[in-house]
Formats: sequence, structure tokens, C-alpha cells
Amino acid sequence: MTLTEETTPAAGGPARTPILEARSLVKTFGRVVGLDGVSLELYPGEVLAVIGDNGAGKSTLIKCLTGAEIPDEGSIFLDGKPVSFKRPQDARAAGIETVYQNLAVSPALDVASNLYLGREVRKAGILGALFRVMDTKGMRQSARAELNELGISTLQDVTVPVENLSGGQRQAVAVARAAAFGSKVVVLDEPTAALGVRESNQVLQLVRNLRDKGIPVILISHNMPHVFDVADRIHIQRLGKRAATITPQSHSMTDAVAIMTGAATA
Amino acid sequence: MSQQTTQSHPQTGPHDLASEFLDRQTPLDRVRNLLHRYPAISPAIVLVLAVIVFGFLNERFLNPANLSLITQQVAVVGTLAVAQTLIILTAGIDLSVGAIMVLTSMVVAQTATNNGMPAVIALLLGLIVGLAAGGLNGILVTRLKLPPFIVTLGTLNIFVALTLLYSNGATVRGTDMPALLTWTGTTFDVFGVRISVGVVLMLILYVVIAFVLAKTAWGRHVYAVGDDKESARLAGISVNRVLMSVYLAAGVILAIGAWIQIGRTNAASPNAGADLNLDSITAVVIGGTSLFGGRGTIWGTLLGALIVGVFRNGLSLAGLDVLYQTLAVGVLIVVAVSVDQWIRKVRK
Repeated sequence: MTLTEETTPAAGGPARTPILEARSLVKTFGRVVGLDGVSLELYPGEVLAVIGDNGAGKSTLIKCLTGAEIPDEGSIFLDGKPVSFKRPQDARAAGIETVYQNLAVSPALDVASNLYLGREVRKAGILGALFRVMDTKGMRQSARAELNELGISTLQDVTVPVENLSGGQRQAVAVARAAAFGSKVVVLDEPTAALGVRESNQVLQLVRNLRDKGIPVILISHNMPHVFDVADRIHIQRLGKRAATITPQSHSMTDAVAIMTGAATA
Repeated sequence: MSQQTTQSHPQTGPHDLASEFLDRQTPLDRVRNLLHRYPAISPAIVLVLAVIVFGFLNERFLNPANLSLITQQVAVVGTLAVAQTLIILTAGIDLSVGAIMVLTSMVVAQTATNNGMPAVIALLLGLIVGLAAGGLNGILVTRLKLPPFIVTLGTLNIFVALTLLYSNGATVRGTDMPALLTWTGTTFDVFGVRISVGVVLMLILYVVIAFVLAKTAWGRHVYAVGDDKESARLAGISVNRVLMSVYLAAGVILAIGAWIQIGRTNAASPNAGADLNLDSITAVVIGGTSLFGGRGTIWGTLLGALIVGVFRNGLSLAGLDVLYQTLAVGVLIVVAVSVDQWIRKVRK
């Protein structure tokens, strides 16, 4: 499992269309310019890392893509069609799932409940339609299947409360939830920030599994080794602009840091 | 460097990912996890032990008539505690449940007697008052974003004052009321045990709310909102709508509680129910529901209400001063909250 085996060439044929594309996004907060005409392309089947120093506009960019902020100018295309998100729910409905840094799992609820939180499957018939009675059994079964598919096979007991899980397992639940709903794009915000080395590796493996399942991933991270380990292409933000888009093959970590800090250009 | 890291950790394959997820638990962890999963276990054990001990202390305790008396004594607090449980599950607290119940009972009793309304209309008016009072709490909590403790501390005083203003401080006697209003106080025989209609109403409420909490999406959202408001919001749950519905549901339950109270005391008194606010919280807490929200069951609350009833009754049958009953309830609360804290400590 080396880098060269895993990574795919960044530049595809001219016919490749990005699954998610942002064109010249501008977002200002009063007199502070958060995004100054940023473009981003996410191609099918790739892991795109977004890196940048604090205040470079990384989170603003991601918030615009996931509906948490509305860009002042510029446009976003999903599958080639223009979209505009007013709320995070809009982005989710369109197929962009976000795993937030604070995980957004409900600790006292069990794994299956968390996977389906906010979109519980109801029983067929009048019980489900009128009284919103849940199909708990069905949800548990498909939760198991989903976790299996992502290679998290010992989380078989989906009735365990999430707070009894380790940090890596919780992250796995959050990622599984993002992947579970036929989503087109999964956005992971600092998924390894709070994790140890072993758990980080598990989560990075999850990211690869996700990509191998055919779901493109946007990964925001401060951790250069993790980014270079798992990303196919790396989008570098600097001072509200896209400084460069590089690949782990074309540039070293030192190069990336140099671009990030403005010491070099791509 | 990243290459080395990847290679030196052979467990990164999908299969080996699993090896990390093996459970290592001490027996104490297992007990804790069991209690976490079934929070009603500890109050159930306490109740069974209490019944056995008090049964030995005084043979009259297990007398069917005495057991029937306990259920009737528990009926009003037990009903208010249903509303309280819903609110505490959302990490809130309602200090005004007793005040809303008394206000509602006065409206029902007054309109049915002094204003000569039919009993059904009076009960419906009570329902509307309960909904309005619960709705006021809900609006203040969701729109003004005030802490439920402060909101209900304020509305507690408002509702108490409104009750006294409205009723001129006068008690309405049950004998003056239409029969339907005091119907909840009538009893029937089941195998020699006298059961009141009010107790049956209370039990129906428990069954309905237990079903709704465990089986419906709404119930799960109530838990999710109390557990972690932010993650509930990020999961797409409309937190304010859930909170509002909880306060409205509480209002309905409290109106039913008012009806049970009128039957139980055979009167509607503006000065009743001063202790009911705190007693309902006591039942919820002893029943294993966490004051931090998101954790607990409605059956635990029923057990909690019964425990308080059994302790008060048993200690008084054992000939102890009423002060010792209060002392025992106090100890129970502290123990219950300590157990909750212990359960909440997550295995790292």
C-alpha cells in the first residue's frame, strides 16, 4: 500500500467534467475578504484535499460548498448543473454530505439511530405515515450493511451507544452516515484532528474505502502527512485565493508548505 | 515519511480495521453499560427492595387497600412527571408544571360551576389553558432563547398569581361540580384492589408516551435534541419545532393532570400543588432520567413516582415522623443523581 499505487493521475481527459465545481466564489464579511474569487473542481473518484493556513479561506470555501454560508458572487455546479444552497439541508438534499469537525453525532443514541438521525425510515402503512412510527429493525439491518461495506465490520452491534465508542469509531460512524444516503460528495472537515496515530490511520483507510466505493471526497486537514497519504490532488488556499492545485507526485510536502505560506509559487 | 507510516501499520486494510474495535470491559463497565442502556433498572431494583422491606416492617403495608392508596397518592405527581420527563429529556426543566396544573384545574372548576358551562366544554377550556401555558413556556424557550429554568421560574410565579387573581383565592368543592369532573376520583374493583379512574388515566398516559418516545421519529428527536442540540441541528432536525412540540405536549398532559387532581382531592383549590413542581422533578430524577437531557425512560419516571409514594407511605406506617420521609426522599435524589453521573462517565 504505497502512495504511487493508490493515487490516480490528476489530470484526466478533456471530457472529464467535475462532479462538484465552484467558479470564482467571493465572500466578504464586512471589510474582511474571506474568499476572493476562488474556483475549485472535484472530479469523480478522487480525494481532493484542501489545505491552507488559518484565515486562508479554507473553512469559508467549504461552508459555501456545503450551504453553511452563501457566497456573495460566483457559482457552484453539481454534476454540471448550477446549484445554490441557502441552508446546509439544501446541500445535503442535493447529495453533498458533510462530516463536521465536532462529529455531529448524538452520544447517547446508538449507532443505528445516529446513522439515520433526522431521516428515520418509517414503517409502511398508516402507522408510519400518520404516526411516524419508525422501522427500527430495518434501519438496524441497513446500518449493519453500510458499516460492512465500509470495512467497519466489528461495529456489528449497531445498538451500542456512540459514546461507548473510541474516537476513531465515532468518526467511522459519522463517515458512514455521510456515505449512507446515496450521497454524491462527502466533505470531511479535519477528520483526524482529535485522533491518535492508529485511529487516524483507520479514518484515512475509511476515506480510501469511500473513494473506492465511488464517492469523491473533499478532505480539509492541517496534517500534511495525512493529506499526502490519502489525497489525489491538493487544493492550496492562500489569502482568500487558490494559490495552486498540486498532486502528491508533483510536489513535496515542503513545496506545499512553501506555497501555503507564500514562500513559493506552484 | 507518510509512506513509512503507512507501511509500518499493517492494520490499515479493511479487514484489520476491525481489530481495533474489540471491546475490553471490566465487570463494572458492563454494569454501567447495562444501566446506560436500561436506565430504569436501578429504580426498579430500589422499588422492589423498598416494597419487600416495608412489607416486613409492617404487615399492613402490603394490604391491597394500602397499595391502592399509594397508587392514588401517586396519580397526580405521576401525571405531572410525564410532562416533566419530556421536558427534562430535552435538557430543560419545568418549574411551572404544578402551577399550570392548578391554574387549569381552577379554570375547569370555575367555568363548570360559577359560569355554568357543560362539563365537557369546561374540560376543553382546561385543555386550551394547558396548551396556552405550555405554549408560552415553549415560545420563551425557543424564540427568546432563554434557559428553561429561568423561563419556568418566571411563568411559575405568573401562573400562581393568575390562579389567585382568577379564583379570588376561593376553593371550588367537588360536590358543586358536574359528575364528569370528579369522575377521575371514582374507583372500581380489580381482584379486591380499588383502582381509581385517575390512576388508569395516568397509566394510559405512560403507555402512550412510552410508545411515542421509543417508536416514533419524534420521540427519537426529543432524545437527540436533549443529548446534543448542535448535532441534532446538523443532522437536519428542527430543534425549535421539537422543543415547541414538547412544551405543548406537556401542556396537554398537565391539563389531564388537573382533571385527575380534581377527582383525587374532590375539589379545586388555588393553593394546592405547591410541592408538585419539585415532586415531579424528584420522580423523574429518581427514575433515572438525566437532568442533562437525552437519557432516561418514561417507565423510570413511573418507578420514581412509585418509589417516592412507597417511601412516604411505608415510613409513615413504620411510625416515623413525616420529617424522616422528607429526609429519605432527599437521600434518594442525591443517590439517583450520583448514579446518573457515574453512568455518564464514558469509557475512554
